[in-house]
Amino acid sequence: MEKTNTDQTFEPKIIAFVCNWCTYLGADLAGTNRLEYPANIRIIRLPCTGRIDFNLVIKAFEVGADAVLVSGCHPGDCHYNAGNYHARRRWILFRELLEVLGIETERIHFSWISAAEGAKFQKFVTEIVDKTRALGPYRGYQSITHESEER
Amino acid sequence: MAKIGVFTCWCGENIARHIDVERVSKAIESLPGVHCSMNYKYMCSEPGQSLIIDQIKSLGLTGVVVASCSPHMHLKTFRAAAQLAGVNPYMVEMANIREQCSWVHADKEEATAKAIELIRISVEKLRHNRPLQPISVPITKKALVIGGGVAGIQAALDIAAAGHEVILVEKEPSVGGKMAGLSETFPTLDCSQCILTPRMVEVNQHPKIRLMTYSEVEKVEGYIGNFSVTIRQKARYVDVNKCTGCGTCWNGCPNKRIPNSFDFNLGNRTAIYIPFPQAVPARPVIDSSRCIHFKNGKCGICEKNCAAGAINFNDEDKLITEEVGAVVVATGYQLYSIGKEQSNPNLSGYGEYGYGKYKDVIDSLQFERLISASGPTGGEPKRPSDGRVPQKIVFIQCVGSRDNAKGVSYCSKICCMYTAKHTMLYKHKVHDGEAHVFYMDIRSGGKKYDEFVRRAIEQDGALYHRGRVSKITEEEIDGVRKLVVRGADTLTGKPVTVEADMVVLACAMAPTDGATALAQKLSVGYDEYGFLSESHPKLRPVETNSAGVFLCGACQGPKDIPESVAQASAAAAKVLVMFSQDHLTREPEIAHVDESLCAACCACVQACPYEAISIEEIVDRKGNHVKNTSRVNPGLCMGCGTCVAVCPSKSIDLEGFTEEEVYAEIESLLS
Amino acid sequence: MGTTEFGYYPGCALHGSSNDYEQSVRACLDRLDVRLTELEDWICCGATAAHSINQKLATALPARNLAIAEKAGCGSLLAPCPMCSMELLKAKQAITSDPAVRDEMSEIVELPVIGSTDVVNLIQVFQAIGLDAIKSKVTDSLDRFRPACYYGCLLTRPPKTLRFDDCEHPSSMETFLAELGAEPVDWNFKTECCGAGMTLCDPDTVTDLAHKIIANARKHGANVIVTACPMCQMNLDMRQADVEKKFEETFDMPILYLSDLVGLALGISEEELGINRHYVKLQI
Repeated sequence: MEKTNTDQTFEPKIIAFVCNWCTYLGADLAGTNRLEYPANIRIIRLPCTGRIDFNLVIKAFEVGADAVLVSGCHPGDCHYNAGNYHARRRWILFRELLEVLGIETERIHFSWISAAEGAKFQKFVTEIVDKTRALGPYRGYQSITHESEER
Repeated sequence: MAKIGVFTCWCGENIARHIDVERVSKAIESLPGVHCSMNYKYMCSEPGQSLIIDQIKSLGLTGVVVASCSPHMHLKTFRAAAQLAGVNPYMVEMANIREQCSWVHADKEEATAKAIELIRISVEKLRHNRPLQPISVPITKKALVIGGGVAGIQAALDIAAAGHEVILVEKEPSVGGKMAGLSETFPTLDCSQCILTPRMVEVNQHPKIRLMTYSEVEKVEGYIGNFSVTIRQKARYVDVNKCTGCGTCWNGCPNKRIPNSFDFNLGNRTAIYIPFPQAVPARPVIDSSRCIHFKNGKCGICEKNCAAGAINFNDEDKLITEEVGAVVVATGYQLYSIGKEQSNPNLSGYGEYGYGKYKDVIDSLQFERLISASGPTGGEPKRPSDGRVPQKIVFIQCVGSRDNAKGVSYCSKICCMYTAKHTMLYKHKVHDGEAHVFYMDIRSGGKKYDEFVRRAIEQDGALYHRGRVSKITEEEIDGVRKLVVRGADTLTGKPVTVEADMVVLACAMAPTDGATALAQKLSVGYDEYGFLSESHPKLRPVETNSAGVFLCGACQGPKDIPESVAQASAAAAKVLVMFSQDHLTREPEIAHVDESLCAACCACVQACPYEAISIEEIVDRKGNHVKNTSRVNPGLCMGCGTCVAVCPSKSIDLEGFTEEEVYAEIESLLS
Repeated sequence: MGTTEFGYYPGCALHGSSNDYEQSVRACLDRLDVRLTELEDWICCGATAAHSINQKLATALPARNLAIAEKAGCGSLLAPCPMCSMELLKAKQAITSDPAVRDEMSEIVELPVIGSTDVVNLIQVFQAIGLDAIKSKVTDSLDRFRPACYYGCLLTRPPKTLRFDDCEHPSSMETFLAELGAEPVDWNFKTECCGAGMTLCDPDTVTDLAHKIIANARKHGANVIVTACPMCQMNLDMRQADVEKKFEETFDMPILYLSDLVGLALGISEEELGINRHYVKLQI
């Protein structure tokens, strides 16, 4: 995906970190049901949202993501009992940190999508692509790293 | 140097229609590490797999990426194929270009571009993968069954029948559970004790079963195949080996007016007692909180009378540790305690029914004891307040069940059936009596179940009113205490008032007290009401998410006897499947610690949902302390990776999803 | 004991048909050194009518009263009529549980409102003063009274809004009066409907309901019914002649406010408490 600067043709790059047992299967179900959505999303499969160290999210921005999606099992449904609770708690802390760092938190989307929610996956991805398209390309990360290098 | 082969599947037209597979293969060829890139119509087919195997063998590939469907579909297939060709199965990755690409993107250009990127992610990951060996865990072929009700008894007998040792732990002084106290069972009206007691005796006499009554599980350590369980055997003050169960002690005990919890306090027992005459083992216990000897050191009549010298006032609780390979939880149910303070403030409803205030308002298990031949009234329905035989009984269904406002949201499933049974048994004993039932719906799904309810209504003349009861008050009418039950019949649209002699509340089923504490010891999930969670509601109904721990009976959800027994046998079968091997093979995709880096900060220890990580000491050859480190128990780790996310030094990592691998995946997306 | 202060929301009943209740509450609390500060410019609480017509109005009317109380710096607000206290608490619950409702209400009532005022009923005021403080001022024993404490439909309901006593088997009035020497009876209809809401449109049903309550109190040995609701008191007191006529029974059951009985214990005269203005005379 090449980034172009004219807004009409801007195709955002979206990296998704999803758990293997709920959201990955939800995305599979969207496929089985042929629920179309924009082709801008790249899924990285992990066993559980609990595995997601938020450095991974930063890394995603570093490689040029315009938005990041994190999604796992609904609270109470975690395949590993409690991994998603860890993810949720960590996200609450991490969000504040990001705001301090100057990363636009509206580019990070957190959700619970179960293996039965193909339609929710489709809707969620479509919304994120639209939102991100409206926000425009993300250059914040480059400017932050640029600033710190100058310093 | 990695030699990777990439195999892109057409999936007939499923992929090829929306993705230019030829272009994909070409684009992939030039990626670093890729040695060959091919496409084929059906990769998962026999010729497709052969193609992969041939390429591995002829080119000496070290890893394979298959770009086709979801890994949930065929990862195992391709891993097996690679293994046949001599490649470590964990050196196989898949790129999901069907469910997550060709099926959801109509534009062929976009889909093709995305497919290439998805394969690039997998190739990059594979370049950082390392071969993994499945973990082999030895199995202790001995099972622990917790709970000695009908489910636990069934599971224990089935496992023992296959020749394995079983430890059956029951917290009460006798096995039998709730079923031992029931009168007759629906839909056949066969006597509950008549069918259960032979099984109770059997568990006690079975050479492979070690029955531990009056005992509770204190602690569970270890993992599948290798649990170490500590059981607290409560002080019984009676030596069961010396005791002959002659009964001299409980017949002679002067302290005779203690409410018997087996009869739900409708009858009395002595301080040294067996809960009911058919108790197994037929050995008494002394209730030290009520025994005169424990109060003032006097009495001791039982000790003097015991010819066997079995009384031991100095008995103490004993902690016994046992090694087992599998655990079956069968802790059963209790009734929701209506109108009382509850741990959940939403569950304190039904004060208007006066349970606990009016003696003749009882719950359904109490009624079971009242009409049971072994019950406190010898099976004659006499009301608790004055011993009169009730001429009118009102049965109220759904007390607590299906009531979001003041009870629980679920249906307790068995109340429709046992209420119909209650009306029948009552009518069989009091022919001119009136049995009124207030119900919301009649749920009688099951073999011969609806016929049974129809029989209660049509043959035995139970009077069913579809509606709720708003209030019960006690009034003296013509010199007799009556319970005035005010309700509605929504079918006739009229209020109904019944002046009843007794009211029986069909209270919601709840898990037993302590079930959630036990679940925590076993790392088994439970729902908001405390029912333990099965691994999958349809396909893994007796397994839990804690490997090696199985469920059966009402601890998992409301159930009747046939279902509990069926589930118990299912749980036993699962245990036996496990015990059919000497070693367990587990996926190697679990966490491991680089002990030289670990600073033993314990962040992972606290984050682990399975308590699979412990802090261990590293010592040198002379035994001097070198450092502490966290260490993962490979039998317990389930591979969620929560520990990796919290580790500040990343000295813990998750095989199959290592930091290196995941970062490589992200970096492959660099634009 | 120093002076205790409560905000005071009389509502329509205590300024109208049940001004004997206000007289009794004021006389009683004055003796106990409690100062009541009536809310300035209070308005209707909306009870009986508003919630069946317009939910927003039903929240806004009590919300304005809460706003006035907050503006006046009132920490605890006594609403002796349970209908009023229930409406005020319902509004408070709506405002405190949803910021959107809070903002909307502040806009509608043109005053900021955050729901910080505690709304209390008469029993809670007595509980706040404390049994010891009250007992220290008691001059007369209540031992000739065997009250049937009647809470009516509203004093404990809806339980999740009011969070006061056991909703089906309340006992706070009994506990309290027993300490003052009365012998409360255990009876069946502490929380039954007295029918006051239908008093004009369906007097026949109301007479039946009132009969049920008075007769049950009598049957369980009560010689007085005590209530903390102006509607209950009026209904059971005023309707008692009709009940006696319809059922051909004589009850002569005095219907007292809780403050009447406490007032009598404190040595306040029946005239000062307004008991002489009740329909059924107190002859115990």
